Amino acid sequence: MKHKSLLLAAAASTALFSSTAIAQENLAEAPCEGCAEEMTLVSWGGAYQQSQLKAYVEPYVAATGVKVSFDESSAEATAKLRAMNEAGNVTWDVVDVVASDAIRLCDEGLAAELDPATDLAEAPDGTSAEDDFGNLRVNECFIPQIVYSTTIGYRTDMVGDNPPTEICDIFDTEAYPGKRALQKRPIDNLEWATYCNGTPKEEIYEVLSTDEGVQAAFDKLSTIKDDVVWWTAGAETPQLLADGEVVMGSTFNGRLFSAIVEQDQPIGMMWDMQSFDLDGWIIPAGLEESRMKRAKHFLKFATDTQRLADQAKYISYGPARKSSAPLVGKHEELGIDMAPHMPTDPANAGNVHNYDYTWWADNRDDLDAKFQAWLAQ
Amino acid sequence: MLREWRRMSNTRGASVVFDGVQKSYDGENLVVKNLNLDIAQGEFLTMLGPSGSGKTTCLMMLAGFEPATHGEIYLNGNPINNVPPHKRGIGMVFQNYALFPHMSVAENLAFPLKVRGMGKSESEDRIKRALEMVELGEFGSRRPAQLSGGQQQRVAVARALVFDPELVLMDEPLGALDKQLREQMQYEIKHIHDNLGVTVVYVTHDQTEALTMSDRVAVFNDGIIQQLSPPDVLYESPDNSFVAQFIGENNKLAGSVVEINKDICTVKLDDGTLVKADPVNVHNVGDRTSVSLRPERIEVAPDNSPNNLVDGKIEEMIYLGDHIRVRMNVAGNNEFIVKVRNRRDKRPISAGDVVKVGWDAADAKALDEAV
Amino acid sequence: MSSSETLSVEEQLAAGQSDDGIVRAADGTPLKARLAKALRREKLRSFLMISPLLLFIVFSFLLPIGDMLFRSVENQIVQNTLPTVVEELERWDPASGELPDEETFAALAKDLKVAVEERIHTRLGSRLNYEESGFSGLFRTTGRAVKKMESGPYKAQFIEADKDWGELRTWVILDSFKAPYTSGYFLSAVDAENTAEGVQMKPENERIYLQLFMRTLWMSLAITFMCLLLGYPVAYLLAQLPARTSNLLMILVLLPFWTSLLVRTSAWKVLLQGQGVINDILVWIGIVDDASRLVLINNQLGTIIAMTHILLPFMILPLYSVMKTISPSYVRAAKSMGANDWTAFWKVYFPQSVPGIGAGAILVFILAIGYYITPALVGGTSGIFISNRIAFHISTSLNWGLAAALGAILLVLVLLLFYIYDKIVGIDNVKLG
Repeated sequence: MKHKSLLLAAAASTALFSSTAIAQENLAEAPCEGCAEEMTLVSWGGAYQQSQLKAYVEPYVAATGVKVSFDESSAEATAKLRAMNEAGNVTWDVVDVVASDAIRLCDEGLAAELDPATDLAEAPDGTSAEDDFGNLRVNECFIPQIVYSTTIGYRTDMVGDNPPTEICDIFDTEAYPGKRALQKRPIDNLEWATYCNGTPKEEIYEVLSTDEGVQAAFDKLSTIKDDVVWWTAGAETPQLLADGEVVMGSTFNGRLFSAIVEQDQPIGMMWDMQSFDLDGWIIPAGLEESRMKRAKHFLKFATDTQRLADQAKYISYGPARKSSAPLVGKHEELGIDMAPHMPTDPANAGNVHNYDYTWWADNRDDLDAKFQAWLAQ
Repeated sequence: MLREWRRMSNTRGASVVFDGVQKSYDGENLVVKNLNLDIAQGEFLTMLGPSGSGKTTCLMMLAGFEPATHGEIYLNGNPINNVPPHKRGIGMVFQNYALFPHMSVAENLAFPLKVRGMGKSESEDRIKRALEMVELGEFGSRRPAQLSGGQQQRVAVARALVFDPELVLMDEPLGALDKQLREQMQYEIKHIHDNLGVTVVYVTHDQTEALTMSDRVAVFNDGIIQQLSPPDVLYESPDNSFVAQFIGENNKLAGSVVEINKDICTVKLDDGTLVKADPVNVHNVGDRTSVSLRPERIEVAPDNSPNNLVDGKIEEMIYLGDHIRVRMNVAGNNEFIVKVRNRRDKRPISAGDVVKVGWDAADAKALDEAV
Repeated sequence: MSSSETLSVEEQLAAGQSDDGIVRAADGTPLKARLAKALRREKLRSFLMISPLLLFIVFSFLLPIGDMLFRSVENQIVQNTLPTVVEELERWDPASGELPDEETFAALAKDLKVAVEERIHTRLGSRLNYEESGFSGLFRTTGRAVKKMESGPYKAQFIEADKDWGELRTWVILDSFKAPYTSGYFLSAVDAENTAEGVQMKPENERIYLQLFMRTLWMSLAITFMCLLLGYPVAYLLAQLPARTSNLLMILVLLPFWTSLLVRTSAWKVLLQGQGVINDILVWIGIVDDASRLVLINNQLGTIIAMTHILLPFMILPLYSVMKTISPSYVRAAKSMGANDWTAFWKVYFPQSVPGIGAGAILVFILAIGYYITPALVGGTSGIFISNRIAFHISTSLNWGLAAALGAILLVLVLLLFYIYDKIVGIDNVKLG
């Protein structure tokens, strides 16, 4: 997964003045004592990393003078962290990962457990961080940052007057002939297939826990198997849509936002059964005292209510704090309201699929093998 | 063995004619300039010349690997310009033998027979005889890399002959061998030629080789045949100063013609000495000339009185057993070499002496001015 | 030595050999020892000269391979995390059909409390989850519950915390992976598993690796063959041309090396996809109907095309350098003996270029067999390689044991093919120029 959107690559720094001033106030109240003066952040690169840089890394550096370097290794973060851990030399301080990776890292003992009461900032109204993040904190190691979703985009000029409105339309090859792009992994695809087999949303994982349920989901996917282009990188679906290679396809909502709003492609967005996923921070386990302090100090600032809301000015992903939602404003460059483009916006979130991280943590190895075997058949 | 081979083979030499052949690689310079050459059936003809003289190009045109830019080549009276090399039926021995490294000696010899579709038993028979001809009967199963240079050379000769070509081309075939082996092989090749009667066109830059083996030698220089003669004529009567200089050892005395008759002319050397010489290619009084003299034709302090007698100062003497090589200063040329036979009764001479040297006018060739 | 003491140095020098029959050097030491000493210094020096390289090879090549082989069987995590349970399980017979006794559960409680304290229980859960879905969650939930378990009997409390502890299957898995070394990864790597009835193939719908190994092998061979087919004429042409022209053309051959792999692969996408350049041209000419455009990408064909392009220089370069050494006089000799162009090429030129083919084919094949970026991008579902799964297990599932086992099998396969090649063609028949 890579969060990128071209239009946001360069944001005007002037807009940072107000928030920088606030940041300096906050940080002045709680200076970091005995903290390391250097820090390595690991993120995804591209527009997403840019949004982090503008929203809170630059203000933090301005206020504290810490030397920050970026490592764009999030895609391989789990493997690299494990290798570093085995070598006994972890060089990263704060790592941006998706929730499922955070679970693996936490289970492997590679990520440090954090206490929301002391390590995270309260909401401005005094709500505790634990309540403010709610169940988005999928485990003790993870501090969620943004909510993104995997959702469906389609070619407006290839569907005529009858654009797809619900997720099961991806299985309808009669109404929507042509190829569709789906991610080459069992996650989302099996849930959508099960849902379209007629299973109520709440029972999807229950059904998928049985061999029959898994088989039924694969059977459903088999009905469109010949029509699917499987993607592995987030940029593929927008490109396939733009080239007219596929009539519809799943991808991250930020990618579609940039294709539709900035590049003005004839692409439409279908939010039905969008699959919420999370991206956030972890701190590697076993950091020495001063580096651990610095990492926690940074994260407390970077994940407070205002900072998460600020990030939404640069990228169309929803802030993970409830208290940030009302603060989401306009796009830094285009000046459009960002709220309607957030996966969390009520208009978009009518029928949402909540991806069950812990269920997948248990079942991923098994289902992945089955998925690969099914693909190879 | 050779006799038997000859009896078995119906070999007969082919005739070759080059008719006004020219060759240019770049369209600007001629490498071979208007070559006319008749090679008789069964002749051993050597193309001799320095590198870049055009001799190898002529051979390649004859073999068919280079097209003639102009003119026609005839083989047994038939034009062959448009005949591809593999249909010319010409045997060839290459400079580095070009024995196929991935085949055994016998397989190498079988190759030309196989492509001609010869039956297995006949071809085995021929290979056996060909190997015996070059005295390598036991080596059929070896790889070329396991043979010595001389053995490889013989295999190459056997391979070029095994399919009974009427014409065999040899491109400096002995160049890679040491001196002793080279002399031995010269004799063997000549012997094979004499017995088989094939026509051989042989390219070399080694004059000894050319003189030893050939019926006739074509001396090449600058894309032109300078002289085409049997070896003795080439040595005794060079047509021009290039040939005189290229073949054998030679003393040059530069001067101008002051008097000329049919058989004899008088040359005034640059230091003023007057000498008599055989006018080979000087025609008029006043022509610049280079008088060519073989070292063995000059006598020191001659007993009789030859028609040339001049003073010479001995600069250096080298004892060579059968003769003494004496370097002197004669008529301003201090590279003047005289070979003195090693005779018991000869008056002793030593470096620094000034002695009389003499020669017969017929041995002094007045040629074109040496370059 | 004693007898030689009676001789003066001069005498020894003159004799070179003492009366005891030992050949001696000028200073009286035996010549053999002298020679060995002189050679020893020489050997030491050459050893010192190669030692940086030796160290580099050991650290960058032998140790990682050794580590990989070790990881593919290493399984100490169960013993390290649950030492008492492993001891208790010695008494348990999985074939009995009954759950282990209360003492084993008590041992589980004891070990887990320590493990939770050290936060390593979830790591064991992840490890066992590779063998059976659910272990990850089992250890996570149990880890939370075990803190509250004050005293026995534990059996009921564990089943209360997660009903999986009451399942025989859970204990069978635990029992079969309690040994410090396991064949489990290798079994998984060939689509097999250890069951109560012994080693069996996995259910049909979970078998993937054998098929992927076969596919990787045959597609790598296909790519090698395509590279040879396309590369041979190019190398031949380059070898015949004068140096100036061939150097210029060589730059064109090497051009792909200077562009990023991703860019090249993406370029193939643009060319080959359904609405891509090639299909557009075919439709425009009228060879292909617009409705039935050719599927050139996201399948095996796409992988073969893109990888042939990427690996072509590795075939051309060794071929070229070998062909450069084949003197033109061989072909001339063949022609002078009556062979036509084809026979001269096939019987004389081609056999001499075989060492170059060997070197190029080995290079291309070994590179191809380990490729995963290109297959992932243009291979769709049918064109991916075993390396894609290795990469997945390294970076996504973190199942490094399985990745190591797959890598080890791949290594053995390559060595095996190398051996076969040696038997058929001969390894000395490989030349880089």
